[in-house]
Amino acid sequence: MAEYQNIFTQVQVQGKPEWGMATENAEHERTRKAGFSTLIGWIGNAQLGPVWLGWTGMVSLATGILALNIIGLNMLAQVGWSIPEFIRQLFWLALEPPSPEYGLSIPPLQDGGWYIIASFFLLISVMSWWARTYLLAMEHKMGKHVFWAFGSAIWLFLVLGLFRPILMGSWSEAVPYGIFPHLDWTTAFSIRYGNLYYNPFHALSIVFLYGSVLLFAMHGATILAVTRYGGDRELEQIVDRGTATERAALFWRWTMGFNATMEGIHRWAWWFAVLTPITGGIGILLTGTVVDNWFIWAQEHHFAPMYDGSYGYEAYGSYETFIGQEN
Amino acid sequence: MLPNWFNKWNRENPTNIYGPAILVGAAGVAVTVAAFLVVVGQPFKTESLQTGPRGTGMSRPEFVSDLAKPDPSIDVMYTEAPYVPEGGEAKASEIYQNVQVLGDLTEDNFNRLMLAMTDWVAPEQGCAYCHGDVEIEEYGNDDLYTKVVARRMIQMTQSINEGWDGHVNANKQVGVTCYTCHRGENVPSDIWFKMGAVNEAAGGWAAVQNRVTVQSQYTSLPSDALETFLLDYGRIGVHNLEAHVAEYPDEEGVTTWQDTERTFSLMNYVSNSLGVNCVFCHNSRAFYDPEQVTPQWSTEQLGIGMVQEINNEYLVPLEDVYPPERLGPVFADAPKAACKTCHKGYQQPLQGTNVIADWPELATTGEPVYE
Repeated sequence: MAEYQNIFTQVQVQGKPEWGMATENAEHERTRKAGFSTLIGWIGNAQLGPVWLGWTGMVSLATGILALNIIGLNMLAQVGWSIPEFIRQLFWLALEPPSPEYGLSIPPLQDGGWYIIASFFLLISVMSWWARTYLLAMEHKMGKHVFWAFGSAIWLFLVLGLFRPILMGSWSEAVPYGIFPHLDWTTAFSIRYGNLYYNPFHALSIVFLYGSVLLFAMHGATILAVTRYGGDRELEQIVDRGTATERAALFWRWTMGFNATMEGIHRWAWWFAVLTPITGGIGILLTGTVVDNWFIWAQEHHFAPMYDGSYGYEAYGSYETFIGQEN
Repeated sequence: MLPNWFNKWNRENPTNIYGPAILVGAAGVAVTVAAFLVVVGQPFKTESLQTGPRGTGMSRPEFVSDLAKPDPSIDVMYTEAPYVPEGGEAKASEIYQNVQVLGDLTEDNFNRLMLAMTDWVAPEQGCAYCHGDVEIEEYGNDDLYTKVVARRMIQMTQSINEGWDGHVNANKQVGVTCYTCHRGENVPSDIWFKMGAVNEAAGGWAAVQNRVTVQSQYTSLPSDALETFLLDYGRIGVHNLEAHVAEYPDEEGVTTWQDTERTFSLMNYVSNSLGVNCVFCHNSRAFYDPEQVTPQWSTEQLGIGMVQEINNEYLVPLEDVYPPERLGPVFADAPKAACKTCHKGYQQPLQGTNVIADWPELATTGEPVYE
């Protein structure tokens, strides 16, 4: 018996495209073609399309492409319009925010001005995509869970690029657009404010991030394990609990005395995922505005213990022994 | 080709051989690897130098195979014991013309040092590198820039040994000579020049970073760290020493994450120059905290001061003396020194070899002490 639609199964359903609900708006908003791709069939549904871009999608794509091009062309200009250098240094290059002295004023184009423009278009792009998640859910008469979840990511995005720079009084506080440079920002940001690991909201964010990963693995594994009893039909199992649900629940009760419910596990997963950027955003927002040195803050709140022992290798061995000059 | 009974038997007894084959193959590889490790040992063994209290993760790991290789420069270093003066010998300044430094040395010691300098700095060109291809009577001339520079470098070496004892001899007496930096080359390796803006079409903060340069140690961190800190006495510390401080990044003198990146760039350069890591000096959980640093941190503080002096007192003022090919590619500035110019990737230059023992003439700006 062939198995149906899963990652890397050979069997794919390809035939007449499934068009779904034909609402009034759908008739003129969505594209008129739907096809099949064997390649995408390896990782999911083989059907490609129809796409409902809508005005929000159009605005989002246009402004997003504009922002990306501003960033890319700035990088290209930095290497003197040399394509080989652009490729060679791509991971090093960046469009940087303005120098600190400009504060919240509009800086010259070559010192952050382009950054502000790119950020403006990126903001429109992200926000209209956010609106799209609402409108499409509305069209399907769905709950707005995706919209709010995306909103939590946008919260962190706005804290980094809008709210915190405004509170700090300088656009220079925003994150550079570049592969390595945004990582440099992350490290420098943590070090500048006395080690972000002592920021409790950063800690919470890590908890929810790693928790999300764990929950995702546990839930995925559980459902796969009871698929043979129809457990993959989760919605049916929610309203009409069958042996798949019973076995899965019993497994976890045997394992740890407690089990989530067939519906509740999705609330667990949603909240863990959503709380990751929410708590992270709070942590970033407090940094440099309310707290300027998290390590000292942690010492004041008694959760940065001092370690007993000497500093310096002289207490533990000698350089000469280490490099093999003496035994 | 195969006998019929064999083909028939196979047809009648279909067996999945792939499952067992994978199992046997995997087990076979595992046994082979295990046997290799038991017999030959771990090929990538490391050893660690603990640098702080247990629980802080402070240690410097190295491959044992790397530790087993001593710095090749140690073996080929030229040195010669001094001739202890008995008194009454003629001084070099009385014998030779225009001896502005080292004039109080005896002729034997003077020539001994000249010979050594030739080996340390210009083993191929010999005496002519500084004195020119002339008769020995004309060695007093200052025609070549190399001689003028060499004289200043002798003064610098003496000054380092005398004035920066706390850095150079922090662990034990090692001192520095010309060889510490030159290693048999006319121009020492790992010198640096000013870079200025590395990005075109960009200004301010955006112009000085995000490029693969030697100064940034091939990171995307700022390329102007050495210039800012080791030439211009820039402020390295970036932290607030209180939990709450009312200040804004656009105010004068307030350190920003941009300044932090520049400091990070310097620190990364220092780490690479010494072949160490952050926790050789710092407890990385609180980089700024003077209560959680190692003694090496203090040594490093002195080292930074020393390099600032070397650059500003000795190397930069020689700018007008150098020919164009010795000057920097962007600003035609004099070559400058930093940590790596001496350390060359080793925690202690020449792995802590005492290079000064034979050269009391270079150990002091005053009268050499022969023992």
